[in-house]
Amino acid sequence: MPNKDTIVDVPTVNKIARLCRLDIPEVNKESLTKDLNNILGFVAQLDEVDTSNVEPLASVTGHKLPLRSDDVNDGNIEDLVLKNAPESSSGFFVVPKVIE
Amino acid sequence: MNDTSTLKPGHIQGETGIWEMVIGLEIHAQISSKSKLFSGASASFGSEANRNVSLVDAAMPGMLPVINEFCVEQAVKTGLALNAKINNVSVFDRKNYFYADLPQGYQISQFTKPIVGEGEIIVDLDNGEQTTIGIERLHLEQDAGKSLHDQHPTKSYIDLNRTGVALMEIVSKPDIRSPQEAGAYVKKIRSILRYIGACDGNMEEGSLRADCNVSVRKSGEEFGTRCEIKNLNSIRFIIQAIQSEAERQVDILEQGGTIDQETRLFDTSTGETRSMRSKEDAHDYRYFPDPDLLPLEFTESWVQDIKEKLPELPDSLKKRLVKDFGITSYDASILVEEKDYVDFYQQAANGRDGKLTANWMITELFGALKKDNLSFSESPITTENLGELISLISNGTISGKIAKEVFSEMMKSKKSPSEIVKEKGLEQVSDNSEILKLIDQVILDNQDKVNEYLSGKDKLFGFFVGQVMKLSQGKANPGVVNKLLKEKLK
Repeated sequence: MPNKDTIVDVPTVNKIARLCRLDIPEVNKESLTKDLNNILGFVAQLDEVDTSNVEPLASVTGHKLPLRSDDVNDGNIEDLVLKNAPESSSGFFVVPKVIE
Repeated sequence: MNDTSTLKPGHIQGETGIWEMVIGLEIHAQISSKSKLFSGASASFGSEANRNVSLVDAAMPGMLPVINEFCVEQAVKTGLALNAKINNVSVFDRKNYFYADLPQGYQISQFTKPIVGEGEIIVDLDNGEQTTIGIERLHLEQDAGKSLHDQHPTKSYIDLNRTGVALMEIVSKPDIRSPQEAGAYVKKIRSILRYIGACDGNMEEGSLRADCNVSVRKSGEEFGTRCEIKNLNSIRFIIQAIQSEAERQVDILEQGGTIDQETRLFDTSTGETRSMRSKEDAHDYRYFPDPDLLPLEFTESWVQDIKEKLPELPDSLKKRLVKDFGITSYDASILVEEKDYVDFYQQAANGRDGKLTANWMITELFGALKKDNLSFSESPITTENLGELISLISNGTISGKIAKEVFSEMMKSKKSPSEIVKEKGLEQVSDNSEILKLIDQVILDNQDKVNEYLSGKDKLFGFFVGQVMKLSQGKANPGVVNKLLKEKLK
């Protein structure tokens, strides 16, 4: 049973925040780490159940994935698509330069 | 000492000995569907910016993906053509990363349970040898959009038309040992995809791109640390990028350094690879099953139906061409590269000399098309006309030499060979009396050489044949000329 206090530490929280592009103020990091450990510790109680012979469950409904036929029946709505864009020009989204 | 000129492809001569390359490829093949993998927007290339975008592709809140059955079928078809295991249950996962042309913030892909598992293909090398390359897996995933960086000094322009278009990622095992083998592997995959119609294989338009994983080792040692070169869109670049990356790694290792596992880009202007530093965290994708999609399931009988409808594939076609037309395995491998070539060849060679037809098609026709910068579909010479030309050679109407003249006229005028032969009066002269007349003339004009020949200078025989051919303007049947000359000069 993992110790609920040490599932994630501050450097891990920093890494997750960077991957999620979240800017977390320095003063909040300690308490956020504590909160995360509480949540993860709670969920970790599930580890008490032996699931070694159980297939991971992808759905509880028993439904099958519906398939659609290959028809073009959407699109041609540039105006709608661009409507919420902070900036657009001649049909393109315009964003700060991202170049490799 | 090892001489570098005898180095095998894929080997690098270093200070400390010979290094061997270990290469694995990830090919991204765009599926030739009309609509996208999870939306009904068009998957076509070259539309106005953001025209082929639905609210699903733009990742508007509340939109749900619904999978395209045709795309699933193409993945299964490709799996079967790669002799691979088909997984009747597979799962879609979210691959999380941020980029301006990925509005969802994740790519829907397949991670732990792909639709297709292990397989293998046979690859034909330039030296006529074959090698088997293992397939690790094939999975379905969404393509990303396109960013244009040259429209504005401080801004990037984003077009989501390609966002959500269906891709198959075909992952090879690290079985490839030289850049040339990597090129041949891509060529074979491309050929198979085009035969079965799953992907148009157009590398210029980006329908087929490859990421190359490259490492080096001394023969027999464990695999070294690999680097991944991203997004190569031509076979030539794949070959160049692998060679230069492997040389870079050998240089570092021989100077006592270590290779950092990283993603690199190939700079086509310098012919070298460089690090993509911004992707440092890129491999931490935090995959998890996409809660918007149930597992993809299909029945074995559906797979069998697809299997029965598979067209004849290059390998079996190649064997059949060798058997039915008596051509070499090498010629056959060139002809089966494209479905269009095989169809053309089979029709032209039908009921004719298969070897002669293969020679004319591969050497003359392919050569002429290349010279005139024409694609195969633009060929001015139809399969009927090439077949007719072969018949004219085989039945002795024209000589091989005259045939070349007729051929270049066919390239220019698109006329049938018999029309050209008639118009220009190029029929081969096989009639004894006409050829004898020519022979008499040559003997009369070259009395001194005749005497030399008769006194033992046998080598002059070729000279007389040449003179007769010249006099006939190339139209005399060389066989008949030979026979009659021998009798005449006894």
